[in-house]
Amino acid sequence: MDLGVSAIGQGLLYGLLGVGLFLTFRILDFPDMTVEGTFPFGAAVAVSAITHGIHPLVATLMAMLAGMLAGLTTGLLSTKGHIPVLLAGILVMTGLFSINLRVMGRANLSLLNQANLFDNPFLKSLPLYVDSVVVGAVVCAIVVIALILFLNTQLGQAFIAAGDNPTMARSLGINPAHQQVLGLVLGNGLIGLSGGLIAQNNGYADVNMGIGVIVIGLAAIIIGEVVFGQLSLSQRLLATVIGSVLYRFVLLIVLKLGFDPDDLKIISAIVLAVAIMVPQIESRLRIKRVLRNGVKANG
Amino acid sequence: MAETQLALKDIQVNVAVGEEVKALLTDINLAVHAGDFITLLGNNGAGKSTLFNAVTGDIPLAGGSVTLAGTEISRESPEKRARLIARVFQDPKMGTAPRMTVAENLALASRRGARLTLASRKLNRQLAEFKQLAAQTGNGLELALNKPTEQLSGGQRQALSLLMATMRKPELLLLDEHTAALDPHTSAAIMHLTAEIVAREQLTCLMITHQMEDALNYGNRLIVLDAGRIVADYDAAAKAKLTRADLLQYFG
Repeated sequence: MDLGVSAIGQGLLYGLLGVGLFLTFRILDFPDMTVEGTFPFGAAVAVSAITHGIHPLVATLMAMLAGMLAGLTTGLLSTKGHIPVLLAGILVMTGLFSINLRVMGRANLSLLNQANLFDNPFLKSLPLYVDSVVVGAVVCAIVVIALILFLNTQLGQAFIAAGDNPTMARSLGINPAHQQVLGLVLGNGLIGLSGGLIAQNNGYADVNMGIGVIVIGLAAIIIGEVVFGQLSLSQRLLATVIGSVLYRFVLLIVLKLGFDPDDLKIISAIVLAVAIMVPQIESRLRIKRVLRNGVKANG
Repeated sequence: MAETQLALKDIQVNVAVGEEVKALLTDINLAVHAGDFITLLGNNGAGKSTLFNAVTGDIPLAGGSVTLAGTEISRESPEKRARLIARVFQDPKMGTAPRMTVAENLALASRRGARLTLASRKLNRQLAEFKQLAAQTGNGLELALNKPTEQLSGGQRQALSLLMATMRKPELLLLDEHTAALDPHTSAAIMHLTAEIVAREQLTCLMITHQMEDALNYGNRLIVLDAGRIVADYDAAAKAKLTRADLLQYFG
């Protein structure tokens, strides 16, 4: 039971990562590698700020701003420096590894004996792990609602159009490069926020905690799509959050089956690969069924 | 004589091919009058699309200037020029955002070149207007306002692209073989709609085509490009006497 509640809480906190990645991966249509640096960057900034006596809420917002800064860097390298966006993300991700070490002063920084966001008296009064569910649900709700409102503004519609068809966007006077920077800033802001919250929930930040997070974010997006099928764009944001929770349960089941936690990364990769292949496999099977029926009808 | 809407002066466009510099457009001088509907003919590689790209700013000029509605725009970005210039592409997929609905696409086009703000898009308020607009296509587009454009037929998409290009009256409309990817019947319908809109809105329009019949039947002026130069320029009177055989001499 406790493990289930914990999975929901972690799923919601990682859901922000999925939603942040959704902006670049699904709306703008490219995989943003910055994520692997942004997530620990947010964690490092939040934890360092708290250990320096800054209020946890402010520290959490600082994690988000740090993420936005990372996204801005990738965006400018890509649009002004004309570095392919995939490579720009990898460069920023690599650079951030050193920056994260500088921010923390060491590879792993604990929040032991430091009050963080989850030490709020109200959250403390809740049963074990329910605090992360509450924080995750509140933050996810705010973020998803804000994004839905944004996507329905004139700017938001231009943002979607720039990802959907850059040529058309340009012919309507929308600069796709500006929209790309906007998406990277917003997306990485959410990913930094996710890192900052996860670090506080875990009680530490680690310089290696970014390894494989892009897979976690993509898994949330794709599990949401596989489970819910055709949805509107607004609904897909929510589906991503739910996909993130489901992904936590998949990991939980895998561990329950007796797999070694050391194997989690390869299992994550396999889960994502399978989830991406499911719709293709399904459509292929359907084609076969149609062919079979066709043969029957003629025979 | 109508005033000059678009003036191209000594346009030169080059492209670097390895070490060598190849000229794509040379000495292009053209005065397009307000309300002109010009059809542009030429072989593949004659420079027709390059000429459009030079006007829209999608390729840099090596020399010369572009003046539209009295303002020199040669140094403005393509996004800025989009305020004044609308374009319909050959590929129906190029002109619309596939995952957005017809209404959403029209709403975006209704603010072509306008500043983007965080104001709500207020789609519902525009729906009645869009329905009326879409009804004139005669291909059922008005019934598909809430469908993603990727579900439309090629003809519907191209009709939508045309509406999007013209709903906010542009200073210049560029049609880049916009009926070439359609079947003959649909192509004729889109050409008919085009002529209707251009006449009604009194648009200044350049149309690239490979269909000699279309080039002869539509518009009030005909220009032939070859190897990056203007080799023929027929005004309305000369164009009226022009035959298919006359044009064939340019296509050896």
